[in-house]
Amino acid sequence: MEKKKQKSEFAKLPKEDKFLLVCGYVILGLFLVAIILPVIYIILASFVDPITLQNSGLTFDFSKWTLTAYERVMSNSQIWVGFKNALFYSIAFTAISTVITLLAAYPMSRTDFKGRGFFNLLFVITMYFGGGLIPTYLLISDLGMLNTIWAILIPGAFSVWNMIVARTYYMGIPKDLQEAAEIDGASEMVYFFQILLPVCMPIIATIAMWQFVGMWNSYFDAMIYLNDSAKQPLQLVLRSILIQNQPEPGMVSDMQSTAARAQLAELLKYATIIISSLPLMIMYPFFQKYFDSGIMAGAVKG
Amino acid sequence: MNKVSNAGTVGKAKGGKLHEFLLYVKQHWQLYVFFILPAFVLTIVFRYIPMGGVLIAFMEDNPIRGILGSEWVGMEHFNRFLSSPDFLRYLANTLKLSIFGLLWGFPAPILLAFLLNRILSKSIKQKIQLVLYMPNFISVIVLCGIVRILLSPTGMINQLLGTQYNFMTMPSAFRTIYIASGIWQGAGWASIIYTAALSNASKELQEAAIIDGANIIQQIKAVEWPAIKDTVLIQFIMSVGNIMSVGFEKAYALQTDLNLNASEIISTYVYKKGLLDGDYGFSTAVGLFNTVINVILLISMNTIVKKLNDGKGV
Repeated sequence: MEKKKQKSEFAKLPKEDKFLLVCGYVILGLFLVAIILPVIYIILASFVDPITLQNSGLTFDFSKWTLTAYERVMSNSQIWVGFKNALFYSIAFTAISTVITLLAAYPMSRTDFKGRGFFNLLFVITMYFGGGLIPTYLLISDLGMLNTIWAILIPGAFSVWNMIVARTYYMGIPKDLQEAAEIDGASEMVYFFQILLPVCMPIIATIAMWQFVGMWNSYFDAMIYLNDSAKQPLQLVLRSILIQNQPEPGMVSDMQSTAARAQLAELLKYATIIISSLPLMIMYPFFQKYFDSGIMAGAVKG
Repeated sequence: MNKVSNAGTVGKAKGGKLHEFLLYVKQHWQLYVFFILPAFVLTIVFRYIPMGGVLIAFMEDNPIRGILGSEWVGMEHFNRFLSSPDFLRYLANTLKLSIFGLLWGFPAPILLAFLLNRILSKSIKQKIQLVLYMPNFISVIVLCGIVRILLSPTGMINQLLGTQYNFMTMPSAFRTIYIASGIWQGAGWASIIYTAALSNASKELQEAAIIDGANIIQQIKAVEWPAIKDTVLIQFIMSVGNIMSVGFEKAYALQTDLNLNASEIISTYVYKKGLLDGDYGFSTAVGLFNTVINVILLISMNTIVKKLNDGKGV
């Protein structure tokens, strides 16, 4: 029914509008295809026998399909160590940084908070100006945090940007709530934890999601601060397989020739990409409802 | 507690302001001690102390004697960097990567938002958005892994073209790869903010425009553009402010020994000089140079916008 109505509306449009609309839909369609096509290619290629893939590309001759790559990647312990570390770092970082950021945003959201301007300047400056790589590295080193998880979890735990987002959200909560709480004699703590936070769940979920995804997907801090392979998060394991062409030793070492090893290493990349991206790809549609609210809260202040 | 109230009494005698402040702190001490202290400490320790650490940019660092035992060398590191033949190349690589990236990458999400706004069916729109946002959740490493696979001599792109180019070793291809993959990954996600701003456009105004016989171009001019103009402006200034901080993670993951001519940017150079070669003072000087240019760009951009925008800066 609705479709019919749209169709007739489309017919009523002037010619140039029709042309523009069709062009627009084509551009959008092309962009969607450009996103989906590589993904489908990699999914399919991950099942194809490496020699066939290298010589003739994708094939739908299922006799040439194999699960070898998945078996080899999944039976490698370093991948699982990476998964386990990444999960641990991401959860711990999300917890620590979300708490610190939400706490700091509260005084910053109160117009009566004395010192607000001072703290605001102090925080905002760090968004544009910093000591840079080496001074930060030397500090972490002096603090004895090198090669410990604290180097990953603590230095970036307070996010000024997320604090601004949370503050903007708090400021949208009606003042009556706070006044009523004060009249009832509730302390700052009681008001914050029992009244304010429960009505801020959407923004808390958004910030937590950003922090989790950000930590899960990053590799720089781990690359410079951790050198113990037992502590490496997934992205560093992926880096050696996908970027440095150095598959984990156990994955290819049983192959006889160098050429066969190289071919297998190529195929392993496809399966590695699929296996490592699957968790977030499955989870992310569940977060979709939070995207807009979070972005909007950040946009208001700008 | 006692101390605070004593100070309060003294303040009263001296003048109202200090007293008022101390009284406020006494009443609301939780705001300072519990809420803001952790963020304050982290900011001072991990953001401001390293700012002091940039002093080693002016020193010949001596790892044994530490910062205090190192010798001052003034602007020597800067002179060495600015007079090296590589300096202009790294600066140009950095600027080209971010400016061309901005030129192509900035309009893309705006265009997507306009297109999405023309999709009337809510459920179709949501499904399209789900696909558009998906690449944002792929990590930099996996993205670069995908790029390397697709562009390898036997990869998908070469199979489609019927060629055997090794794109990853071609300096001339690096920027295109970097920027196109950036749009592939980020344009959909970046369009959210514009889609949100467009949804605030007055529906009545748009309907009135349609009844008046406005065509799509006129509707965009009169209704949709005004609704997102401010957002576009803010986003643009922030992007310009980030011109010199073009991402290390992706550039480094897309580098090969053969495309360094185009792919070596200041941040990757800082990393290699500093952490791989251990040339701390020099590396810090290069990083500081980068930051200073960035700050100058940001301030001048903000001033220009203030002038254009009737004194409203960001």
